[in-house]
Amino acid sequence: MTPEEQNFMRKIENEEKIEPKDWMPEEYRKNLIRQISQHAHSEVIGMQPEGNWITRAPSLRRKAVLLSKVQDEAGHGLYLYSACETLGISRSEMIEQLQTGKAKYSSIFNYPTLTWADVGAIGWLVDGAAIVNQVSLQRTSYGPYSRGMIRICKEESFHQRQGYEAMLALAKGSPDQKAMAQDALNRFYWPALMMFGPHDSESAHSQKSMEWKIKRETNDDLRQKFVDQTVKQIEVLGLEHPDKNIKWNEERGHYDSSDLNWDEFWSVIAGNGHCNRQRIEHHVAAHDEGEWVRDAITAYNEKKRVKKAQNAA
Amino acid sequence: MSDIKAATLEYATRLGDDSVVLGHRISEWVSYGPFLEEDIAYGNVSLDYIGRARMFYTYAAELADDGRDEDDFAFMRNDREYRNLLLMEMPKGDFAYSQVRQLFADVYYTVLLPELLQSKDETLSAIAAKAIKETKYHLRRSRDWVLRLGDGTEESHKRTQKAVDQLWGYTHELFDMDETEQLLADEGIGVDVSKLRDAWFKMVSDILTEATLTVPEDSWAVRGGRTGYHTENLGHMLTEMQIVHRSHPGCKW
Repeated sequence: MTPEEQNFMRKIENEEKIEPKDWMPEEYRKNLIRQISQHAHSEVIGMQPEGNWITRAPSLRRKAVLLSKVQDEAGHGLYLYSACETLGISRSEMIEQLQTGKAKYSSIFNYPTLTWADVGAIGWLVDGAAIVNQVSLQRTSYGPYSRGMIRICKEESFHQRQGYEAMLALAKGSPDQKAMAQDALNRFYWPALMMFGPHDSESAHSQKSMEWKIKRETNDDLRQKFVDQTVKQIEVLGLEHPDKNIKWNEERGHYDSSDLNWDEFWSVIAGNGHCNRQRIEHHVAAHDEGEWVRDAITAYNEKKRVKKAQNAA
Repeated sequence: MSDIKAATLEYATRLGDDSVVLGHRISEWVSYGPFLEEDIAYGNVSLDYIGRARMFYTYAAELADDGRDEDDFAFMRNDREYRNLLLMEMPKGDFAYSQVRQLFADVYYTVLLPELLQSKDETLSAIAAKAIKETKYHLRRSRDWVLRLGDGTEESHKRTQKAVDQLWGYTHELFDMDETEQLLADEGIGVDVSKLRDAWFKMVSDILTEATLTVPEDSWAVRGGRTGYHTENLGHMLTEMQIVHRSHPGCKW
């Protein structure tokens, strides 16, 4: 090991944060860019399935809460893009990678939001799963990412609460509302579990990420936490658990559950889910339509600059 | 119900309608903005208007005292019963169109809200106090955008001028008075908007001129929002907005 590498590993072992100006192995940098940009893109693409219901929210209060949530997600996208930029990649490069499929985003957003209850299910289950992961990432070794996570976690817990509260209103509402809630739970439960990624044994990036403390807990451990915490929440709602094999295992101190449909997981990751094409098309269309606006800003600023220079001369 | 109370109920409903309709239109931009910061800004502005709508409707419901709540006002009235200004209901169009509409609305509120703040009606005055702060920020944003778009590229200039020309005719009714509003203005409760046109015109013309845009001639005017004679756009907007609420009568959300 070179002295630089030794110093880097010493910091990792001592739980010191790595900061943008510190030396870091190229693989560490690449790994982080992959993970943080994926996280940023997830926030941004995640605006679509929820945004799909802003104009149809069933009460003014729900409309306001949803708007504010989606706005927070966009804000998270911004911090994460900024955190990622400290690693030497620009936002426009990241956006290009998203649009060309080189960078991924969470596969959960490739599932359609078909009813109002899906908005509740996303807040409760999807944000709930994200929090389990993000709480763990507050201790990640890269300083800007860790600080971003601390900030984001605070807002996400509000999101999860509002989602669960929206589900509760449905579950305790009319038979139609309750059926809507059950249907949303049935559809979003499994993809939410898939958000933790493949089994540890199948995860291409896990081992190195754990060693460098980018990731602090394994996919399967985090998934188990989420499975465990969700059982009680479903009971309180009075809904049926979508997993018929869910069963407390005294010996492990955890719930046993069915294995996931990994074919579906890999198919969605490969870009063939229900909404993959639609999500990227939407992003590309908005970005392309915004080009003349971005050009206008550049032209306006240039005119102002020239004018200022002339006045100064 | 006294004439004044009935007129105040109608007035609060009108102002609520303006807010909910414009707030809804702005919210249509979320995830469609030219860049992420704009998605956030649109969300912010939309939230402010939805918040205003809730305050106006809650007050209207209190005055009506017939068991209705804010959501009944927003979701259970048809387009013919809505009393919003037509400007607010126009579709989002392109980015220039939305920003020009926003400028017209923001300047309108900039001249209107300080008057409403003086209202003898404490609730209306309190809503105005909160809204004034929001409008200050809204106007800074829409003004900056119109300047940049008007004086940006040839394309942005063309789009922005087109938006100004297409929306201008909808601005006249912003300053119309009817019996209801006259009664309230005489009582020191409502605002006499007919007196605000000059201030609005001066501010808007200054901004458009600075943005190298042409201030249109007053050659046409379309009116009808306050009497429920809307454009074809509102029906579609409300269809979307009200569908879930109306599909589950009497439910809580």
